[in-house]
Amino acid sequence: MSSPILRLVAQRILLGLVLLLAVSVLIFAGTQILPGDVAQAILGQSATPEALANLREQLGLNDPAWLRYVHWLWGILHGDFGTAQSSGLDIATSIGTRLKNTLFLAACAAIVAVPLAIVLGLIAVRYRNGFVDKLISGLALASTSFPEFFIGYVLIYFFAVKWQIFPSISTVDDSTPFLERLQAVVLPATALTLVVLAHMMRMTRAAILNVMQSAYIETAELKGLKAFDIIRKHAFPNAIAPVVNVVMLNLAYLIVGVVVVEVIFVYPGMGQYLVDHVAKRDVPVVQAVGLIFAAVYITLNIVADIAAIVANPRLRHPK
Amino acid sequence: MAGKQAKTRPMADGQASSGKLLDIRNLRIEATVYPPGEAPKTITLVHDVSLTLEKGKVLGLIGESGAGKSTIGLSSMAYGRGGVRITGGEVILNGRDIMKAGPRGVRALRGREVCYVAQSAAAAFNPAHKLIDQVVEATLLHGTANRAEAEKRAVALFKKLSLPNPETIGERYPHQVSGGQLQRVMTAMALCSEPDLIVFDEPTTALDVTTQIDVLAAIKDAIRDTHVAALYITHDLAVVAQVSDEIMVLRHGRLVEWGGTRQIIKEPRQEYTNALVSVHEIEHQEQQPGTTPFLSVKNVTAAYGGGHVKVLKNVSVDIYPAQTLAVVGESGSGKSTLARAITGLLPPEQGTVTFDGRPLANRLADRPKEDLRQLQMIYQMADVAMNPRQTVGTIIGRPLEFYFGMKGRERDKRVAELLDEIEMGKGFIDRYPAELSGGQKQRVCIARSLAAKPKLIICDEVTSALDPLVAHGILKLLLNLQQVEKVAYLFITHDLATVKSIADSVAVMYRGEVVRYGSKSKVLTPPFDAYTDLLLSSVPEMEIGWLEKAIKGRRMASAGN
Repeated sequence: MSSPILRLVAQRILLGLVLLLAVSVLIFAGTQILPGDVAQAILGQSATPEALANLREQLGLNDPAWLRYVHWLWGILHGDFGTAQSSGLDIATSIGTRLKNTLFLAACAAIVAVPLAIVLGLIAVRYRNGFVDKLISGLALASTSFPEFFIGYVLIYFFAVKWQIFPSISTVDDSTPFLERLQAVVLPATALTLVVLAHMMRMTRAAILNVMQSAYIETAELKGLKAFDIIRKHAFPNAIAPVVNVVMLNLAYLIVGVVVVEVIFVYPGMGQYLVDHVAKRDVPVVQAVGLIFAAVYITLNIVADIAAIVANPRLRHPK
Repeated sequence: MAGKQAKTRPMADGQASSGKLLDIRNLRIEATVYPPGEAPKTITLVHDVSLTLEKGKVLGLIGESGAGKSTIGLSSMAYGRGGVRITGGEVILNGRDIMKAGPRGVRALRGREVCYVAQSAAAAFNPAHKLIDQVVEATLLHGTANRAEAEKRAVALFKKLSLPNPETIGERYPHQVSGGQLQRVMTAMALCSEPDLIVFDEPTTALDVTTQIDVLAAIKDAIRDTHVAALYITHDLAVVAQVSDEIMVLRHGRLVEWGGTRQIIKEPRQEYTNALVSVHEIEHQEQQPGTTPFLSVKNVTAAYGGGHVKVLKNVSVDIYPAQTLAVVGESGSGKSTLARAITGLLPPEQGTVTFDGRPLANRLADRPKEDLRQLQMIYQMADVAMNPRQTVGTIIGRPLEFYFGMKGRERDKRVAELLDEIEMGKGFIDRYPAELSGGQKQRVCIARSLAAKPKLIICDEVTSALDPLVAHGILKLLLNLQQVEKVAYLFITHDLATVKSIADSVAVMYRGEVVRYGSKSKVLTPPFDAYTDLLLSSVPEMEIGWLEKAIKGRRMASAGN
């Protein structure tokens, strides 16, 4: 690794941190602007003014906003996300298991979806504008066009109700063994895969087709390489940067955007947790989840940037 | 009929056909074009061209762009670039018709029996892979050697082609190697699988003359030592005369003349060949510099990257009214940067540019409109210097509106006059750039710069992308316009023949410095400084044996120093 790469990578990471800080300010400000009083929400309509005042004092609601922000951020930096107002449970502990579950589901979906999308993209380029290309694009676009809940219920109808291969409810807890856990996420992971497949596939196809115009593709053709080897060996390595970018966006979606799928399959992940607590107007939980989602998004985009930098031979091997 | 005579083989002395490597018969190549706003139509690129090539011989294919040289060359690999289709005739390689070989058969011969060397090696190498991996790829693919043998062969070829560090250069990536070296690596790549035939497609055209001569010599040696046959495609007769046994002249996809190298360059039978052989020469009487220059560049130093990369060092030149200063040098010598400094696109760090006795503002943004009008530019790539969505009338009319506020009929009348001046006529007023030929596009750019009635036009390699005959026409036009409009030119070029045709004074640039400056006759007359000598002696001459003589001269010079 040479210095220009290290410098660029350090620059990206630093930018990401600054961005995350800015997002934390926005999240905090956003939840402050929401109408309603937390103390009132906790104690209910029948609370006496004294009780309300006491609780406000206790929660620090009388402090100025910036001071509360600093306290909040300081706590998060030490792993303390506060306690959920609705249940009184420690948020960090609740999120811990749920984040693990969400990441597990996302990983299962990604392990299938990413290679599948890239291979389908390569095949589509090989048979570009032919029947195979149109079939792949058509199916992928169709699966993306259906809303997730529709795909989810169709899967449940066939695989859980009619043929009874997989469970319709994906409840797992800490004691669930790995294989059972895997079986539980098959249907939600399939639904997620179908949702993200087309975007990655189409982007891979477009990025490679762009490279296929280059003179070095002709060189490879005139060496007698097979069409698919040309795409795999000569076109794909030069299309990595845009492909990684879109893959990372979709991975972020797998983690951040799973709300609907988790609710359908009653999967105890971050999405379900967020939906529950939005309904209960549990502001500390919403803040914490929002911040984690933002961190996931920013991290994956930094990874995409770094991958694009490292994939560039001009930066990897300077003159 | 002369045409028929030319089609018979020049060596008709009963040569046995056993030595025949490539035999192309009545080749016909077509393509479908999609003109804007019209129905697609099929055009014929190559009409009934036949040729034969014996083992170990070199045939030069020569002609202007659109002559079908590359198309014919690539047909020997059963390859059609873009939507090009081979629709008729036979291509017989090593005794079998490759048009009937099927996809698998074609793949088996590409990279094995026939290899290809492209014009721009910089674009033809994959930026993502090491050079050695690309050089041995075809050899491994066709199984003619294992990895260790192939790499050994590659290193030997690197040595033969005089590449620096032959043992380790393969470990580099394409962007780490210079253009001239890449072109040699590409030749090594073509030779590595020990093919019977190599198609060289303008392999030295994109190189500087001083680099071209070395690459040319390396290619010639490699061809001689490996006994490979070659189709050598180029538009430069002087280059092809150095390497080929026979030359075939093509025009508009038809055969014009085919003969031995000596016959083609010394006794051309066809008028077109004669025009190609005798182009270049324009008699231009050098004018003596006037008393006062109207534009003076004094001790200008300029740099990119906030002063890190010095690209101009202490440059001083003068330009006199209605005269031409040619700036010549290889790529990276700072020629175009000088133009950028004069126009204010790259503000100089030190030094001044004086115009009509007063200093010009350093930065373009600080210059009044009147100063902008007086300095106009024409570029190498005429087609990207024009908005493709504007008509010729709009393009030429724009400076008339901008500088003189001309509108309506007055403007149209002036546009028509300008079109007459560039010998095109007002019929072109509603045409779009895409509907013009390369030479016509450059003429429109000239008219656009003239429309501003400038004192100086900076011409940046304006004829470099054009065919010799078209370039000749543009140079003549520029000289005529100079007489009529009394405009001065700063003429940037890497081509010394162009300098001789157009210049009154010459500045030779090397690594950001002016190494020789004065009137044309003075600059081009000995005694020369070392660099000018190298530059002048590198320009190919249309003479058999020139290459060997020039290389020998250079070796002697370097031994003497």
